[in-house]
Amino acid sequence: MADLSTILSTVTAAFLASVVEVVEAFTIILAVGLTRGWRPAFIGSGLALGLLLVLVLVFGPLLTLVPIHLVQFLVGSLLILFGMRWLRKAILRSAGIIALHDEEKAFASETAQLARQKDERRADYLAGLAAFKAVLLEGAEVIFIVIAVGATRGLTLYAGLGALAALILVMLIGLIVHRPLSAVPENTLKFVVGIMLTSFGIFWTAEGVGADWPGADLALLAIFAIVAGAAGVILGAIRRLQAKPLAGAKS
Amino acid sequence: MKVLRTIVDETIGMFIDDGSLALFAAILIAGVALAAKLLAMPDLLVCGTLLLGCIAILAYSAIRAARR
Repeated sequence: MADLSTILSTVTAAFLASVVEVVEAFTIILAVGLTRGWRPAFIGSGLALGLLLVLVLVFGPLLTLVPIHLVQFLVGSLLILFGMRWLRKAILRSAGIIALHDEEKAFASETAQLARQKDERRADYLAGLAAFKAVLLEGAEVIFIVIAVGATRGLTLYAGLGALAALILVMLIGLIVHRPLSAVPENTLKFVVGIMLTSFGIFWTAEGVGADWPGADLALLAIFAIVAGAAGVILGAIRRLQAKPLAGAKS
Repeated sequence: MKVLRTIVDETIGMFIDDGSLALFAAILIAGVALAAKLLAMPDLLVCGTLLLGCIAILAYSAIRAARR
């Protein structure tokens, strides 16, 4: 049985990552709902959720047939790629190298696109398709994260509950405010989740090749701290790098 | 067909953004796995190489992007 720190970090990683994904999907669903009506928004979202459920029911049981070390290695390797991609992007966004993800902008862009299609015969179909795509793509990421952080220790249920809590929270807030959730600090969340997923990936991959971490599951906390510290140092180095030309220009 | 293409692209994009980061990470993982299995590399060395290797790759990729 996993200890409390592993369970907590699993639930937290699944919850925070899912908040980011659900907020992004919510923005598109809201744009569809407010522009074309809630029918295509709900049909598109419902079909995508149905397809995701079928995929989980079909492929989920297959995971139990794969030896645990192989699952740890494969999931760990994918988590390293996935987590480092998030972390790299979050570092570059924090440093101002690439633009922050803006839900208001994404909402305006989707609304404008739907408005351009409003006279087309297939306008409702295209609107439903936009909702379908958003839920399917963001949902697939949520499912990957839930499986990745939960499956290797039999904590999929805990990870799933974390994701479900995120879904309920975002939907409730979304229903109340009825506008894009641009106040959610997405980049900070991505920064934290990137650190957590990269750490999980490093931990599982080493376990997958048969190596035992000193301190067993508690090593995860040390890995979080080291990866977080390193991310901070990298961000600092990039900021200094950006400041150099400015300092040179002043002198 | 366009939707399917988008889904495939986005699925690949979930793991690969900067090509060199993904490539170096894959090389690191494969190298550590081979060293652990074939050379019976000590556990601490496997764990340390993987951790420090990932950090080094992240630093290289992020700083390279910042310099561009």
